[in-house]
Amino acid sequence: MSALADVSLDSPLDVRPAPGAPVVLRALTKSYGAKRVLRGIDLEVSAGQFVAVVGRSGCGKSTLLRLVAGLERHDAGQVVVASGRTSGESARVMFQEPRLLPWASVLDNVVVGLGPAGAGGEGRQRAIEALARVGLADRAGEWPAVLSGGQKQRVALARALVSRPRLLALDEPLGALDALTRIEMRRLLEAVWLRERFTAILVTHDVGEAVALADRILLIENGALALDIAVEAPRPRRPGAVEAAKLEAEILARLLGDLDDGASRGA
Amino acid sequence: MTDTVAPSLPFSGGAAAPGVASRLRALGERSAGWLLPAALLLAWQAACSSGLIANVIMPSPVAVLAAGWRLTLSGELLENMGVSFLRAGAGLLVGGGLGFALGLVNGLSRQAFVLTDSTLQMVRNVPHLALIPMVIVWFGIEEEAKLFLVSLGVFFPLYINTLHGVRSVDPQLVEMARSYGFRGAALFRRVILPGALPSIFVGLRFALGVMWLTLIVAETIAAQSGIGYMAMQARDFMLVDVVVLSILIYALLGKLADVTARVLERRCLAWHPAFQREA
Repeated sequence: MSALADVSLDSPLDVRPAPGAPVVLRALTKSYGAKRVLRGIDLEVSAGQFVAVVGRSGCGKSTLLRLVAGLERHDAGQVVVASGRTSGESARVMFQEPRLLPWASVLDNVVVGLGPAGAGGEGRQRAIEALARVGLADRAGEWPAVLSGGQKQRVALARALVSRPRLLALDEPLGALDALTRIEMRRLLEAVWLRERFTAILVTHDVGEAVALADRILLIENGALALDIAVEAPRPRRPGAVEAAKLEAEILARLLGDLDDGASRGA
Repeated sequence: MTDTVAPSLPFSGGAAAPGVASRLRALGERSAGWLLPAALLLAWQAACSSGLIANVIMPSPVAVLAAGWRLTLSGELLENMGVSFLRAGAGLLVGGGLGFALGLVNGLSRQAFVLTDSTLQMVRNVPHLALIPMVIVWFGIEEEAKLFLVSLGVFFPLYINTLHGVRSVDPQLVEMARSYGFRGAALFRRVILPGALPSIFVGLRFALGVMWLTLIVAETIAAQSGIGYMAMQARDFMLVDVVVLSILIYALLGKLADVTARVLERRCLAWHPAFQREA
């Protein structure tokens, strides 16, 4: 962490890879009305780590991500991204939906990623580079409406990456894609992450995806951390590896076992 | 909210391969719409020429054309058209501009909406043409009367559709833009206004219809110039050809306004899937 302390966050336009930002959560709580969604989460994510957060729907995993990304305010506790700052400029979010502006060209949508001041000549150049990194440089001038679902999500990835974020929050970004496109996107995400080394927090309901991508898998149950598993498979990872399947089965068993408990408790 | 409809989809046939045959077919398809009007026009002319319809009841198309030519030569037609056009434009600018501005303000600010919307909705339910007697008392038959009526008429379609457009901008896009640091004017310019634009255009097209309708009524009842005045004068002298000419000119001006709005719409909404098939 000390090595990161002197990296200035005020220069999001730095061209060389900014190293990932460490994330620290302390006793984080969040309620919507009477419902407590997060009950005191303590978590340390080291710089450049790829963390996947899994859990059943409604367990609070998306809320956790939204708090880390600064999309919502927490009730109590602390969110610290990088050197003492709360998330802001250094964090970028990729949503389940591409959320591209339909009235802006593919390129202009990527330029959005540089913020309101980013629309200069240099900004466009960087946006073109970001599009090239996701393999869509030749589609720069088109409207988002003509792209396929996977292509739209790649544009959204380019938009998230163009400002060289130190933290990328991914909220089920592959959830709406078909199976093959999803595998392609996994590879792309892994390749981009290996190259740029930002800290990644991926929320997903797909345990296979978590095992394929993450260094570390967190399982959230009822607003609290239930499991914290390190995944040490070498990269780049192949789909269908035996160890991965074993790990996936373990986590699924825990998830489904909990489901059975829940059903019997509810009865 | 009956003034709100989805933007119409422009019709386009299947993708035609380039070639003489398909071009001819496309031409035929395009001209097919004109067959019926042309036939009707011919039947009309025939009925008048044969004496089936008396000329004092309905003049023949040729007589209408002749009246148009006569009035063009005397300068009367162009002058009256100019007057009507200016009235329509001024009313659209004032009333439409106010409706657009208030729609934006009320769409963006909860306080402004709470403060003004129910009042505006109450006024909206008064048929603006019912105010004509009062308007004559207030303004006489001067220009202010027409300006007031047209402005009032076009205000509501633009107000309601702008408000609706701003409020129905995808909140997910707004959240996305905020997460990238867009606030205030930048957020408005990049996300909210473009998102509201399709609905605003629907309002504009409605407003254009109301604009001509209001002007026709106002000019017919209380005016000393303009197409409507020309028609009323002609009726007094039993010049039915001029009356029919006036009606046709209203139709023409209305069509012109609609085409202008469509062209504008196509340019501004080029991104919209409904307008991309022709690209």
